[in-house]
Amino acid sequence: MNTKKIFLQNIYTKLLILFIVLVAAFFFAMCIGRYDITPFDVIEIIIANFKNALENMDKIRVNVVMQVRLPRILLSMIIGAGLACSGASYQCLFGNPLVSPDILGVSAGAGFGASLGILLSAGSAVVQIQALCFGLLAVAIVLFISRVQKKTELYMLVLSGVIVGALFEALVSLIKYVADPQDKLPAITVWLMGSLASASYQKVAIAAVTIVPCMIVLFVLRWKMNLLSLSEEEAKSLGVRVDQLRIVIIVVSTLMTAVSVSLCGIIGWIGLVIPHIGRFFIGNDHRGLIPACIILGATYLLLIDTIARTLTAAELPLSILTAIIGAPFFAIILRRTMGGKG
Amino acid sequence: MKLEVKNGGFGYGEHMILKDINFEIGKNTVMTILGPNGVGKTTLLKCIMGFLKWKTGECLLDGKVMSPHSMKEFWQKTSYVPQAKQSAFSYKVMDAVIMGLNSKQNFFAVPSAEDYDKAYQVLKALGVEKLADKHCNALSGGELQMVMMARALISEPELMILDEPESNLDMKNQLQIVNTIERVADEFKTSCLINTHFPNHALKISDTTLMMGYGNKQLQGKTLDIVTEENIERFFGVCSKVVPIRTEEEKFFTIFPYKIAK
Repeated sequence: MNTKKIFLQNIYTKLLILFIVLVAAFFFAMCIGRYDITPFDVIEIIIANFKNALENMDKIRVNVVMQVRLPRILLSMIIGAGLACSGASYQCLFGNPLVSPDILGVSAGAGFGASLGILLSAGSAVVQIQALCFGLLAVAIVLFISRVQKKTELYMLVLSGVIVGALFEALVSLIKYVADPQDKLPAITVWLMGSLASASYQKVAIAAVTIVPCMIVLFVLRWKMNLLSLSEEEAKSLGVRVDQLRIVIIVVSTLMTAVSVSLCGIIGWIGLVIPHIGRFFIGNDHRGLIPACIILGATYLLLIDTIARTLTAAELPLSILTAIIGAPFFAIILRRTMGGKG
Repeated sequence: MKLEVKNGGFGYGEHMILKDINFEIGKNTVMTILGPNGVGKTTLLKCIMGFLKWKTGECLLDGKVMSPHSMKEFWQKTSYVPQAKQSAFSYKVMDAVIMGLNSKQNFFAVPSAEDYDKAYQVLKALGVEKLADKHCNALSGGELQMVMMARALISEPELMILDEPESNLDMKNQLQIVNTIERVADEFKTSCLINTHFPNHALKISDTTLMMGYGNKQLQGKTLDIVTEENIERFFGVCSKVVPIRTEEEKFFTIFPYKIAK
């Protein structure tokens, strides 16, 4: 009676519902904006695009759908999914539901790289590459500091992350202090709050070839992540190669966060909040939680970004919205689940 | 399989917690490590299981010296039952039991339908199949300990290592754990190495006993020879009487402590 099917059916149903919500959110976001488009137009244009039959259609509509909204929406979905997954896997790694992807200093490092690029008037590609490199460098330094006597303890990782994060945040403050308050300081500030306004198919492609494979790796390891979230000794006694698995998860999660930050600035909250919402719906089992984080993260950032571009005439930075909308929502969920039990 | 500890020693800095530990445990044996709180029983288990590094001596598995590289083989034959405690992330009981199969699966394995059947069978064999559908953090201490036993047994180990499995439980649950260990040894033919600070439980279930006391005192041999009034006073600092108990089904000895020794 207690076969695998019965046990997992519940999870599959919930995931299906979440996925339908994502599809609905996608069409909602495609249609809403300064230029009104119906969902049917969206379907028609996307199908026509695959058939290479766009010539006969309304140029403005095609342009809005294919060139303005679609890349931005795709990028928001990939980045949202990536950040949420990365948060879930860090929480698993540390066996602590209060952890977010910033814990190893990747955002602080990337923020410094980008600020430095903007300060030196570098082009946007250089800013991106610098953000990526410094994000990865920050985590590399953390890994180096925390390795004592050929062993990496989790508390050493956390503390090293705090140290390196503080260092890079101070460096960012220094850059802001010396930056030209007329143009560079606002640019740095806006970048540090995150935005998808500069989305392009090129960025979508970069995100797709880096973040998607990382998510696949996490999905493949979904069952092992359950085991990893136990205490270290329990995991070892169950034959888990804890050190190897940890490194894989750190590398993959760091890469996803670093790429996200380098493409669209620092977007807070998603990596902390979405895994919790996933746990609320699905439970702690990573077989359900990882797909749920992918779907929920994509939905969340997609909706947040839609609000960011439509609420006011000027674009609102994403981090402001993720927190303003996320904080009350998170409070409600936390009260309901009594702090993650169940 | 045969597990041997030769000249095992461990300590932090100059202070040696464990010294000159020598014993072996073979097929179909139940061995208890008996001693008061804080003499290093758990430390000893951790050294055996490779969580801590011996300062002196070594462990041998079937005559071969154990090293970090041979741990995979060790865990394929051995299961560990930690003291049950709630974890940050709670899983379903069935999933928790299936985790016990991991040591025999590859890096990418995800549980199959057969694994679920197997887990249910093990829960049933231990008489706790009604827990199958629950979440681990919703269980009582006794129930959770039974789930930990099921998780250890699902891989059909040759040796089960238990760290004070009964110490935080009430009377009935203690007896349930003790009875389960007896059954495991009988029916599954699994050897057990158990840490405990209850001389009664050692008397009830074990064939051999390693008794540990403060100041690196130790004694070992057949349980009935080791757990005596005299030794209990020496190692636990308690005066006691060994009393024969006769019930309808069986006859056994128990220890009754009556005052703290001078």
